[in-house]
Amino acid sequence: MLCATSRFLAATALRAQPRGRGPAPRCRRRELHFPGHPELPLCDFLTGQLGRPSVPAGRRAILRRGRMPPAVGGGLAGSELRVRRGRCGSQAARAVGPDVAVEAAARSHKRPAPGSRHFEAAGRWALLALVTLLSFATRFHRLDEPPHICWDETHFGKMGSYYINRTFFFDVHPPLGKFCASLGSLLVPFAYLTVLELSKSLPAALLTAALLTFDTGCLTLSQYILLDPILMFFIMAAMLSMVKYNSCADRPFSAPWWFWLSLTGINLAGALGVKFVGLFIIVQVGWNTISDLWHLFGDLSLSLVTVGKHLTARILCLIVLPLALYTATYAVHFMVLNKSGPGDGFFSSAFQARLSGNNLHNASIPEHLAYGSVITVKNLRMAIGYLHSHRHLYPEGVGARQQQVTTYLHKDYNNLWIIKKHNTNSDPLDPSFPVEFVRHGDIIRLEHKETSRNLHSHYHEAPLTRKHYQVTGYGINGTGDSNDFWRIEVVNRKFGNRIKVLRSRIRFIHLVTGCVLGSSGKVLPKWGWEQLEVTCTPYLKETLNSIWNVEDHINPKLPNISLDVLQPSFPEILLESHMVMIRGNNGLKPKDNEFTSKPWHWPINYQGLRFSGINDTDFRVYLLGNPVVWWLNLLSIALYLLSGSIIAVAMQRGARLPPEVEGLSQVLLRGGGQLLLGWMLHYFPFFLMGRILYFHHYFPAMLFSSMLTGVLWDTLLRLCAWSLASSSLARGIHAVGIVSLLLGAAYSFYLFHPLAYGMVGPLAQDPRSPMAGLRWLESWDF
Amino acid sequence: MFCWAWFLRVSPLHLQLPRWVTSFDEVYYGQYVSFYMKRLFFLDGSGPPLGHMLLALGGYLGGFDGNFLWNRIGAEYSSNVPVWSLRLLPALAGALSVPMAYQIVWELRFSHCAAMGAALLVLIENALITQARLMLLESVLIFFNLLAMLSYLKLCNSQKHRPFSLSWWFWLTLTGVACSCAVGIKYMGVFTYLLVLGVAAVHAWHLIGDRTLSNVCVLCHLLARAVALLVIPVIMYLLFFYVHLVLLCRSGPHDQIMSSAFQASLEGGLARITQGQPLEVAYGSQVTLRNVFGKPVPCWLHSHQNTYPMIYENGRGSSHQQQVTCYPFKDVNNWWIVKDPGRHQLVVNSPPRPVRHGDIVQLVHGMTTRLLNTHDVAAPLSPHSQEVSCYIDYNISMPAQNLWRLDIVNRESSTEVWKTILSEVRFVHVNTSAILKLSGAHLPDWGFRQLEVVGEKLSPGYHESMVWNVEEHRYGRSQEQKERELELHSPTQMDLSRNLSFMARFSELQWRMLTVRSDDSEHKYSSTPLDWVTLDTNIAYWLHPTTSAQIHLLGNIVIWASASLATVVYVLLLCWYLLRRRRSICDLPEDSWLRWVLAGALCAGGWAVNYLPFFLMEKTLFLYHYLPALTFQILLLPVVLQHISDHLCRSQLQRSLFSALVVAWYSCACHVFNTLRPLTYGDKSLSPGELRALRWKESWDILIRKHQ
Repeated sequence: MLCATSRFLAATALRAQPRGRGPAPRCRRRELHFPGHPELPLCDFLTGQLGRPSVPAGRRAILRRGRMPPAVGGGLAGSELRVRRGRCGSQAARAVGPDVAVEAAARSHKRPAPGSRHFEAAGRWALLALVTLLSFATRFHRLDEPPHICWDETHFGKMGSYYINRTFFFDVHPPLGKFCASLGSLLVPFAYLTVLELSKSLPAALLTAALLTFDTGCLTLSQYILLDPILMFFIMAAMLSMVKYNSCADRPFSAPWWFWLSLTGINLAGALGVKFVGLFIIVQVGWNTISDLWHLFGDLSLSLVTVGKHLTARILCLIVLPLALYTATYAVHFMVLNKSGPGDGFFSSAFQARLSGNNLHNASIPEHLAYGSVITVKNLRMAIGYLHSHRHLYPEGVGARQQQVTTYLHKDYNNLWIIKKHNTNSDPLDPSFPVEFVRHGDIIRLEHKETSRNLHSHYHEAPLTRKHYQVTGYGINGTGDSNDFWRIEVVNRKFGNRIKVLRSRIRFIHLVTGCVLGSSGKVLPKWGWEQLEVTCTPYLKETLNSIWNVEDHINPKLPNISLDVLQPSFPEILLESHMVMIRGNNGLKPKDNEFTSKPWHWPINYQGLRFSGINDTDFRVYLLGNPVVWWLNLLSIALYLLSGSIIAVAMQRGARLPPEVEGLSQVLLRGGGQLLLGWMLHYFPFFLMGRILYFHHYFPAMLFSSMLTGVLWDTLLRLCAWSLASSSLARGIHAVGIVSLLLGAAYSFYLFHPLAYGMVGPLAQDPRSPMAGLRWLESWDF
Repeated sequence: MFCWAWFLRVSPLHLQLPRWVTSFDEVYYGQYVSFYMKRLFFLDGSGPPLGHMLLALGGYLGGFDGNFLWNRIGAEYSSNVPVWSLRLLPALAGALSVPMAYQIVWELRFSHCAAMGAALLVLIENALITQARLMLLESVLIFFNLLAMLSYLKLCNSQKHRPFSLSWWFWLTLTGVACSCAVGIKYMGVFTYLLVLGVAAVHAWHLIGDRTLSNVCVLCHLLARAVALLVIPVIMYLLFFYVHLVLLCRSGPHDQIMSSAFQASLEGGLARITQGQPLEVAYGSQVTLRNVFGKPVPCWLHSHQNTYPMIYENGRGSSHQQQVTCYPFKDVNNWWIVKDPGRHQLVVNSPPRPVRHGDIVQLVHGMTTRLLNTHDVAAPLSPHSQEVSCYIDYNISMPAQNLWRLDIVNRESSTEVWKTILSEVRFVHVNTSAILKLSGAHLPDWGFRQLEVVGEKLSPGYHESMVWNVEEHRYGRSQEQKERELELHSPTQMDLSRNLSFMARFSELQWRMLTVRSDDSEHKYSSTPLDWVTLDTNIAYWLHPTTSAQIHLLGNIVIWASASLATVVYVLLLCWYLLRRRRSICDLPEDSWLRWVLAGALCAGGWAVNYLPFFLMEKTLFLYHYLPALTFQILLLPVVLQHISDHLCRSQLQRSLFSALVVAWYSCACHVFNTLRPLTYGDKSLSPGELRALRWKESWDILIRKHQ
């Protein structure tokens, strides 16, 4: 339904095509014109780049390049430096001190004709534009199909409408879908720019962009209204701005430096604000910042004051700014969502008091608990509910055959209890008696209002938790025995204090057995109406399961006070909602016999996720990475580890590397290292998570590994070309390598694009299906 | 020194006192010792078998026959239990850690004084003593942790002078062996192993950077380390399991959790039944089918006369055909006959015609002769899946759909024969391509609370709950139903035996150990990692049945506090030095700086790796989990003290003052040790007043009798 409204392409054009074979010819058309476009600039760039291994840290390399014979295309080097300078301060002039002059001289010495420079700059922008365009084209193509809700969209779409319902009532969905798709499309240029910045190599950037453009998984993910495109957008934006500000490091406190630094902070706040997975990019940026500061700190030419300035700037932009933004989003969130809704039960009583529509909102109740008060008692643990009893007995064989006591999440008359003194049964509401407040440490009796039975416990084992004691309702009209006596205690307060409604955290301790009233959180079987078990636990540990608070409170003899006094402050709300979210996240545990996606499945593209459609008559979308791209990524990580460790060992052994190789290995170790770190940070923590995991959790990591692939193959091909020495052959190898990788990615996309754009017709097991030959793994079921 | 330690640990009252089962963990380990003695197979998810085997070795040497019921804390040991020798090994390990603490600090190149201090502190730590005197594994783990560290330090020190000498090789190998033993006792040992590996990796990296060594020499160094620190531990670990499996050759209480093939490899139990079964399943074979997943309980495909209720409680309808369930007990209704759809007879031809992968079969329920069937009706509890039933022809428009394609999951060739026990098979329904699956849900009363079996139509890949294997098997001989029923009731017998390889058994056992789940996550004395540092918790191990003599796991609070303080001081000082060095201000001479860093990496690092991971764990935690970390922390204490006295005390006067303080502090620790002594050894019955006086913290749970 959401997708349906988010129409982007003309629906008529789509309907004109036969459904089953629709995508193929149209895509072929696009494929055809893809290689045509970049052909000329691409080849130029390839050859130009090849001769010029100018690398970021390569001050030396650039210098040497300057002295190289002009035949290898030093002209491009010059132009690239210029462009780079234009974009982000002068990171070409990274070198400090006297080297600048030398380098400038070297550059001016080789400065090419201005015409070709303009041409190159234009070409470069054109390439970026092309990458962006292609990315947008793939993402927006057939955005409006399928016209129904897919998978997680149910969830996030609903959330979206919650926000919107408060303000607008007309249909605002189409912008949402397009918004997601455009964020998804921006990932590709971001990755392109990041790799360009890290490796200073156009082919590497192009390769990365192609991998991401032609990955069916990224494409599918960004076409739907999910949180992931937004998250990935912020992650990539943070990465890009971090890399940019790193390359502005030679001109600290300049405008671009400040710009990129604060942009990093803003994006971090965005990433964390979307999903907690954003934490990983924060760790990465933090790590980068710490090593950067460590580096500055060790630079003895900088005074401590300067270092202090650096530190303050980073604290401001990377800690204070994101934190402020993050808190601000929450402030907005709480302001917008001030109505009672289905999520109320998860929050504490005090939190609920601020939601309009909730019965605690604007309510006024007596503040202190007194004898004779009618109360409801709520467990402090999330999603346990109110202490409850009803006219049903525990079945035969489950402890004593007395009235059931449970907890129940919904409001109900059976949740009402009367507080009475343990030794008298007189009516405390009798106006002739003075009001007597309940105090911490008092011995009380809780009488169930509807059935007039007392809360009771004894040495029988509880129905589900065998080590605990059973809790029942006992007695007739409030007359029971000494097993009905409970000591009421307020956690962390002195004896003798009064007990406050909502605010006091109380425990009920059974006088005879010494156990504590609690709820185990286990669901009772049918006989208990699937409410939750209440037990008396002999273990006096302070867990939230055994702590309660009083929520409703009715006592005509006491003056009512407004609950607004009790309203929690903003930091308290913030803290509570985070606790609830974390617990909710951890609560998503897989059950036995349930199929769950395992983290080790992901990089090998073991299994996809069915987005919509099951049967052969349905319109099916299947979230699966382009296997060619993914397996190339996997191979690249292994290759990277291998080549990286060889280079690192060689350097540690003090081997003398030729300058070209050294420049390239710097790219590999520094740039590649950052990307590898990103991949690891976004992947390995999932192994530790106990919650349900889905295939799409891997996509942020996949972005990093695609970037790594780009950097790695470009560098490896260059190294390969360099070792072969002969210049014409070398150029050829590099160009052929990159072009074949590009074409391979494009062709595989052509093969697998129905996964993302939707398939109709027989399933792939069927040999008649167009996808029949493409089911390379048995675990893919499209 | 060792004698002294021995005296303190062991002799004040001999080990066999208390002659009662103390602590819940003695009960736990004790039952496994009994199993070893009786050579019954068991499965314990708490750790690898080395620790259990060492305890059992003690029992073996003491002549224990395994006949004791380990079920109650405080039960008195009968005379056949050699308490002394059972408790000897942990006590020995605990006593040996004292001289090792000395050695470690000495090998870290600190003074004799500091080394002595470390040993004395370990000596008077009450918690370590309590833990070492009972039949528990922590002290053994600590011993191997320290041994690994000590031998690595020895290795480092002999590295400079005589690499590749005999002692160098000895210490290198010992490092690997000690690491693997630590891992073999508890999985927790992995943390120390990783720490040693990490330090070794850093040192190896420095070696690589050492330009004075030739390439060949560096390669030799690296290879030697890789062999000793990676290969040897793996081999040792396998060895532990090998011995474990050789020892436990009889079927025992946990058989059910293991696969049929594994069970068949044990003496007694399933092996008695399956021994001599025909290997290849043929048309006409009578089989029982066990679900491979085994969760929530291991069970067999089952059917019985009763039908699904017409209308379920929630108002949905059913096919009203005969129920098919999964039943966790052996039963005659678990027998199924494999039938060729093209023929009518239910006996095996001679020669038997084996069933192969991809063949279409029907499964006939032996007792009711109805065919296993599934159709497009929602299953009772999992409405997304198809109902599985035994087909009853009601003559309504619901045809029988009883053809199943056999899919052997672990096949090696495409024409593989279906084998008893060994083959893991899936049954794919021919009409709907649904797969026979155990859903894991318990049916309500109409289904006798057996487990639900469904046809899973949308299978997202492979899952063990869809895989079945033949457990009991025989060739059917009788054509008539009455005869067949008799035949089904009779036990199987035939002529062939088979064995699993060690690696297959090892990997299955290891996998089950890691995935077996203990459900009870609550204990009276469980605590959280945060409680440990401040010693906010204790464990009452034992209370004398009549007097109030009792044993508690309680630390020497002075040592705990000062060790934590020392760690904080160390970290602060390290940061300070690091920052200063970065600005090229060297406060320490190079060699004492290196010493300081190495000591920190091993001791503070050892504390961190043995402590911090507990914050991520979800299992029930106890105070004794902290003891390995604490030991490392105690080692750091004299290191920090000596550093302060050497480098931070500027004058002789300050130095003497500081020494006096240290002595005062140590005597304070001794005093605390002495005060807590009755609770550590449990040899003296204190009056309630004295006990109350010992309850220094509100949270300590000291048992005071009400009526005395």
